[in-house]
Amino acid sequence: MNILFKNAHLIDPALNVDSVADIHIVHGIIQKIGRVSFAKGAEVYDLAEKIVAPGFVDMHVHLREPGYEYKETIETGCRAAASGGFTAVCCMPNTNPAIDDASVVKNILERARSVLGGIVDVYPIAAVTKGREGKELAPMMELADAGAVGFTDDGAPVEQAEIMRRALEYASMIGKPIIQHAEDLTLTKGGAMNEGFISTGLGLPGMPQVAEEVMVARDIRMVEYIGAPYHVAHISTRGTVELVRSTKAKKLPVTCEVTPHHFTLTDEAVRSFDTNTKMNPPLRTQEDIEAIKEGLRDGTIDVIATDHAPHSQDEKEVEFAFAPFGIVGLETAIGLAITELVELKVLTLSQLIEKFSINPRKILKLSSAKIAEGERANLTIVDPKSEWVVDIRQFKSKSKNSPFHGRTLRGKAFAVINNNQLLFSD
Amino acid sequence: MNIKSRVIDAAGFERTVTRLAHEILERNKGAETIAIIGIRTRGEFLAKRLVDKIQRIENRELQFGFLDITLYRDDLRGKLTQPILKGTVISFDVTGKDIILVDDVLYTGRTVRAALDELIDLGRPQSIQLAVMVDRGHRELPIKADFIGKNIPTAAGDEVHVLMKEIDGEDAVVLTDAIEGGKS
Amino acid sequence: MPLTESSRRLASRHLLGLEGMPKEDVQLILDTAKSFREVLERPIKKVPTLQGKTIVNLFFESSTRTRLSFELAERRLSADVVNFSADVSSVKKGETLKDTARNIEMMKIDIIVIRHAAAGAPHFLSKVVNAIIVNAGDGAHEHPTQALLDLYTMREKFGQIEGLNVCIVGDIAHSRVALSDIHGLKAMGANVSVCGPKTLIPREIERFGVRVHYKLDDAIRESDVLNVLRIQLERQAGAYFPTIREYREYFGITRERLDKVKRPMTIMHPGPINRDVELSANVADGEHSLILQQVLNGVAVRMAILYLLGTAN
Repeated sequence: MNILFKNAHLIDPALNVDSVADIHIVHGIIQKIGRVSFAKGAEVYDLAEKIVAPGFVDMHVHLREPGYEYKETIETGCRAAASGGFTAVCCMPNTNPAIDDASVVKNILERARSVLGGIVDVYPIAAVTKGREGKELAPMMELADAGAVGFTDDGAPVEQAEIMRRALEYASMIGKPIIQHAEDLTLTKGGAMNEGFISTGLGLPGMPQVAEEVMVARDIRMVEYIGAPYHVAHISTRGTVELVRSTKAKKLPVTCEVTPHHFTLTDEAVRSFDTNTKMNPPLRTQEDIEAIKEGLRDGTIDVIATDHAPHSQDEKEVEFAFAPFGIVGLETAIGLAITELVELKVLTLSQLIEKFSINPRKILKLSSAKIAEGERANLTIVDPKSEWVVDIRQFKSKSKNSPFHGRTLRGKAFAVINNNQLLFSD
Repeated sequence: MNIKSRVIDAAGFERTVTRLAHEILERNKGAETIAIIGIRTRGEFLAKRLVDKIQRIENRELQFGFLDITLYRDDLRGKLTQPILKGTVISFDVTGKDIILVDDVLYTGRTVRAALDELIDLGRPQSIQLAVMVDRGHRELPIKADFIGKNIPTAAGDEVHVLMKEIDGEDAVVLTDAIEGGKS
Repeated sequence: MPLTESSRRLASRHLLGLEGMPKEDVQLILDTAKSFREVLERPIKKVPTLQGKTIVNLFFESSTRTRLSFELAERRLSADVVNFSADVSSVKKGETLKDTARNIEMMKIDIIVIRHAAAGAPHFLSKVVNAIIVNAGDGAHEHPTQALLDLYTMREKFGQIEGLNVCIVGDIAHSRVALSDIHGLKAMGANVSVCGPKTLIPREIERFGVRVHYKLDDAIRESDVLNVLRIQLERQAGAYFPTIREYREYFGITRERLDKVKRPMTIMHPGPINRDVELSANVADGEHSLILQQVLNGVAVRMAILYLLGTAN
């Protein structure tokens, strides 16, 4: 590899880099940053108007392998990630078998290395409990040693307070976070969407905001008691934003993420009975979106992650109540984030990069991606101005369950570089 | 409506209704067994005129009602517009009666066919006789009127309209150029 | 013949629900139903209007009354009728609704009448097949034909619906009738309230412009009509109300309660009634009960809907 990017807008918030420069990459290492008028034998690309950032991480992805390869595989998921501008994904353990054993972790890492020359780093997040059944702890130390970067029973909460306590105690020893899918299942039983005016009008059973909030509130008290890293997955309500904000004020090790759909759509979208508007947590209200945007702005919300949840067409083309929860997100995340957050002046590009790259790496203690000479080139290149229309047929993901088909977005992944590989999005 | 010619004027209209009333009475040997049923919309008004006339001549109450044949039409499927149901209003038992079925214009015969079907579903009249203001020919079914105000042979491009005071402000029968709306 | 004011059609080619249905369409259906009420009084209660049309009654949830009413309406319009009943649980395991519907459509069906336990199932169907869809009840969402027959019955009794004070009493949260009633009644200008224990009143229902009562006596005092919903006894197990005895005590309609207001109170109920639970027997059978009228009008209203949808191009 010998590449020269000219006129790129380099932004690395961690290193206070924010300038237009040329960048020369040889054999996957950043050779020179600055004015490079000529590099012998280099492929030259003009990146005027494009942003070069430390490689983006999606810390909440369902790759579905092993067990549900008809929805997604490590290969198709990594292709979707690369196309969507991510150089790393964290894959969730609700596979079959669940990622509750070191052998599963190793197997996933092994398989990921062969996809596109390993351009996407796959970091498994292991289960908190065996089989994600919420009864007995999974071997968390073995899992961490095998390569797991965090623990979650995502898809389901760690429901029992006792189990959560023990998991946090282990997490504090290991130094890797418990990632909670916060949902009080007794309050959401049978639910299909946010509880409120829209669910009342559609006659669909509701999932109230408080179901998320009571679980977060409980966990936060426990974190305060035990002192372990704790991360709330896909927060969706104003109440959760407030809980996390006040907890952070106490300097507790609590972090959280939000998905692009939770800052873009409200439960109004469910009126169509389109099963691609069915996800868990459900789409909430405009009031929640405003609170989430404020949380993103003031740093309460650390990370944007997609909760990429592929499902086959047959699974989704059913009655709303019978459809599985979740949508794909890898290939629309950057577009939605720029359209809804940067264009609407909620975040600067630099802040956006923190939430896509710097913060998730910090929370999960991943190797950092730095834009500096001598560093490994782990970069996401974004065209922030390009206007495009989402077309699910163009998705690299095996599944097409997106509510954003046909939507016009501003901002798109342009290319990614990682592990001595370069891939353009189109 | 572009009127080409006036076939019957108001005075002629009145005389025609009177003649029809007398013919009906003569054929049925009085009004004892008859009942009058008009086909909605225009047959309804003509029926009322005949009822008034016959009641005056015979000096007795006549039973009468209205038929909305929409539900029996054979062209509902092809229609671009959907007729509003006005409803059939017949408050007596038709069984055993000599029913005088009244309509304004007899043309293809399809309306009368629908009316006959509906009447027979309502009961078993002794007989059904057909009275129309105008017979303009061009029948598509083997149907013939018993009492005719006037035979008006028409070309395919012509339209015949029976105008009545109740809805049109005057009594007359006129010929016009064809307009959208087709055969009735 | 020039047609004066003589033709109108419904805005939608399906009947999926009453939410958003224009007042004129509700009126057209009620007016049309009046003609069919007359047909039902004839010695031969059948007209040839839908001859050659095929209607399938797709019932994924058992509902003897609604299916019977639809089937009578269809047969009295001379349509060919096919019935398909299946338990949702077995359907869920085997063929999908989409496959079932596509198969049925290949058999050249003109109208599908669907009853389904899942809200939105008729809307889903309307997107995957070409047939006209009539919603015969979807989950706790809508039951438009029931609401229309309620409206018809009220209009028949009171002459007009505008200004009428109607209270829907009982399990609003799990009812498909309540929502359709609210939409239809509001469209026609009635004042609508709901009454029941808070556990059975869905969130933010007030935003539909209805008042909420938790005290039955308050509701009765303000109402001309009480539309009493069936209470599903199994809800008790789900902690929605503590005991049937207590429910009857506080939310059951009894003669004694009604006698407290010194004016006749019209009683309606979509059936089937839990006698002496939500409605005491002497009220259900009393002089101010319209419950049997509702059943009769149901056939006429469904004939009107099938006529209006089935003959529109």
